[in-house]
Amino acid sequence: MATAEASSNISKVQVRRYKPEEYAEHNYLNVAKGLWSWLTSVDHKRIGILYLVTTTFFFLVGGVMALLLRIELWTPAQTFVDANTYNQLFTLHGAIMIFLFLVPSVPAVLGNFILPIQVGAKDMALPRLNLFSYYLYAIGSLIAVYSILHGGIDTGWTFYTPYSSQTGGAVTSLVFGVFVVGFSSILTAVNIIATIHKLRAPGITWSKLSLFGWSLYATSIIIILATPVLAITLLLLTMERIFGIGIFDPALGGDPILFQHFFWFYSHPAVYIMIVPGFGIVSEIVSTFTRKVIFGYWAIAISSLAIAFIGFLVWGHHMFVSGQASLASMVFSFLSFLVGIPTGIKIFNWLATMHRGSISLRTPLLYILGFLFLFTIGGFTGIALATLALDVHVHDTYYVVAHFHFVMVGGMVMAFMGGLHYWWPKMFGRMYNQAVAKIGCLLIFLGFNLTFMPQFIMGIQGMPRRYFNYIDQFQGLHQISTIGAFVLGIGFIIAIANFIMAIYKGKKAGANPWGSRALEWQIPSPVPPHNFDHIPVIIHGPYDYHQPMADFQLGLATNGHAPAHGAEISAEKQETEE
Amino acid sequence: MANHSTTTPAHLLHHYVDSDQQFDAAKLGMWIFIVTETLMFGGLFGAYIVYRVLYPELFTLASEELDTIMGSINTVVLIGSSLTVALAIKSAQVNNKRNIIINLAITLALACVFMIIKYFEYTHKFELGIFPGVYYEYGGIDHPQAHIFFSIYYMMTGLHGIHITIGIGLMIWLLVKASKNEFHSGYYTPVEIVGLYWHLVDIIWIFLFPLFYLID
Repeated sequence: MATAEASSNISKVQVRRYKPEEYAEHNYLNVAKGLWSWLTSVDHKRIGILYLVTTTFFFLVGGVMALLLRIELWTPAQTFVDANTYNQLFTLHGAIMIFLFLVPSVPAVLGNFILPIQVGAKDMALPRLNLFSYYLYAIGSLIAVYSILHGGIDTGWTFYTPYSSQTGGAVTSLVFGVFVVGFSSILTAVNIIATIHKLRAPGITWSKLSLFGWSLYATSIIIILATPVLAITLLLLTMERIFGIGIFDPALGGDPILFQHFFWFYSHPAVYIMIVPGFGIVSEIVSTFTRKVIFGYWAIAISSLAIAFIGFLVWGHHMFVSGQASLASMVFSFLSFLVGIPTGIKIFNWLATMHRGSISLRTPLLYILGFLFLFTIGGFTGIALATLALDVHVHDTYYVVAHFHFVMVGGMVMAFMGGLHYWWPKMFGRMYNQAVAKIGCLLIFLGFNLTFMPQFIMGIQGMPRRYFNYIDQFQGLHQISTIGAFVLGIGFIIAIANFIMAIYKGKKAGANPWGSRALEWQIPSPVPPHNFDHIPVIIHGPYDYHQPMADFQLGLATNGHAPAHGAEISAEKQETEE
Repeated sequence: MANHSTTTPAHLLHHYVDSDQQFDAAKLGMWIFIVTETLMFGGLFGAYIVYRVLYPELFTLASEELDTIMGSINTVVLIGSSLTVALAIKSAQVNNKRNIIINLAITLALACVFMIIKYFEYTHKFELGIFPGVYYEYGGIDHPQAHIFFSIYYMMTGLHGIHITIGIGLMIWLLVKASKNEFHSGYYTPVEIVGLYWHLVDIIWIFLFPLFYLID
């Protein structure tokens, strides 16, 4: 018997350790059969898988649109689609990738699946709300699909007024779809915050919360504060189109710049909604595959919150050429530089974690190394763009496009792919083919650089974004970029095919194939229906690699009631008997 | 199992240790949602500030068209309904099931009164030709941008009205549950969180009323 002593007013808790079985006979995948059981399940794991399937579908749709764009740009004049179709393609590529893939991907897929297990809970705090948010997402994305089929949208994903309030097409319905999807992500964020606050198992104090949990917490705060502003902006735009209320229409005394302020008040924090969960994945993977205690736990945790906070003060850097006051531009420029500090803190902490660690170059870590390389470039070019004078030169050029794709695809999507490769064995109990996964990773990395490095050069040379035609001197670089896009696409196809093969043909993975100390790896794979048969008592943190593996058996309070949720338990380690 | 009490109440979902934890989680969730609602209206308040700074004389002129008496009655109605919804929660806490139903019914009735008064206000303006934006055709206000004021007025009071309507739906839902005796001192989470929502709707009106009706 190991005895864990509760710190303050709670009496001694007898903790019996128990070793979970490797394979659970009943798991969340086989507990109920049929499509209906999936569509009506309030189990956080099944909802996570529903999100995974849907977001992957939209990722592929958005990806195909990107490839069509790149084919069109093969020649300086028209290649195979007309200019209007081209405008619709880049609008929908942006809108689908951002609102239907990037925003929900990590919080709704991996957050849903992994977070409750990491806090030792049996489900998210509000399971029915969780399912409801999935259906809101599904309805919103169906409305978006409807908009594509009925007229299309050519405003760009930013819906700038006054063009968006006058142009034809299905702007109103797409905007309404985005509005509904926004509510879905608000409800997911409500659930995540409630789960982290109220459902942590005894022993999981704030200082033992996983860094993935911290990053989701910071993300949820941004979603809660920013998304409603987008909602009201889109509502105003809709009213503008239906009733001509004139708030953004200069002809009626309105102010189109106000739309930009509203839009970027959401959409700048939104890029942190997209990237901060990726930071959480990086922390998990770096610690696991270097077998080291994470360096600077609190620095990483708090810097997520700092990014969330500063992110609300920098929206004006999207509007340097909109005619806003030059004093405002200077302040926004300065504040934008500040974002580099917490981000740099994170990068250096990850590097310090890897320093002298026992690094094993498995696929998830390869993706994260790619992340560190690409995200650093994306971050530095972001600093360049925040510089007033330089931004006026490269504003609305391919430089911005390349910067954005470096942080979003090179950062966020690499982290998401790393996270999927990391948690796939936990989700399906099967291991994918390592060699194929590494080939996919390599192709994605090379293809990505081939696609977007030339765009930096074109941008500096003055190639404007969203142009259908371009001058001949850019053709070589455009063609390199197009070839890169196809390499990138093949890389993603290989990775996804490898995942699907793993479900059917993969070897059984076991409970903890990576030897991780994190809580989700201490239960069987695939996860049992209720995650834990008993609410566990957690004694060690998720990154305690200085402790022997045997210490990471779960505790179970044996006398009386377990301490309150989230209560601190100071465990005096005594000899353990099985 | 040591973590659970021996008898599990019917309302307790499987993943909670006890009723208190379930109650706390739901209440926290509602508070977070209230933050969201605040920011959603915050966008409109932002628009209000921008246009009031742009056209200060317009706001005082146009505000005279709004019926202060109707607005005042509605304010009293909503504050009264906030009181009754609070009393409904209190009744649940002391297990007085009859008073839960009575107080919820009064709240529902007051919410309907608010919407009826709002209906008369709106139709009166429509008769005058006060429509939002391009459809504005009223000549009584001597200002070229008068429609902007009413665009904002209709947006803010309209969105608030939608919230009242949702609240009416929620009150009916609560009444159905209460009449089935589902609420008692051990479980009244829905009453509590709808009450929180209702206070939010109330407090938004308390800001809307002076900003539109009382500035002349």
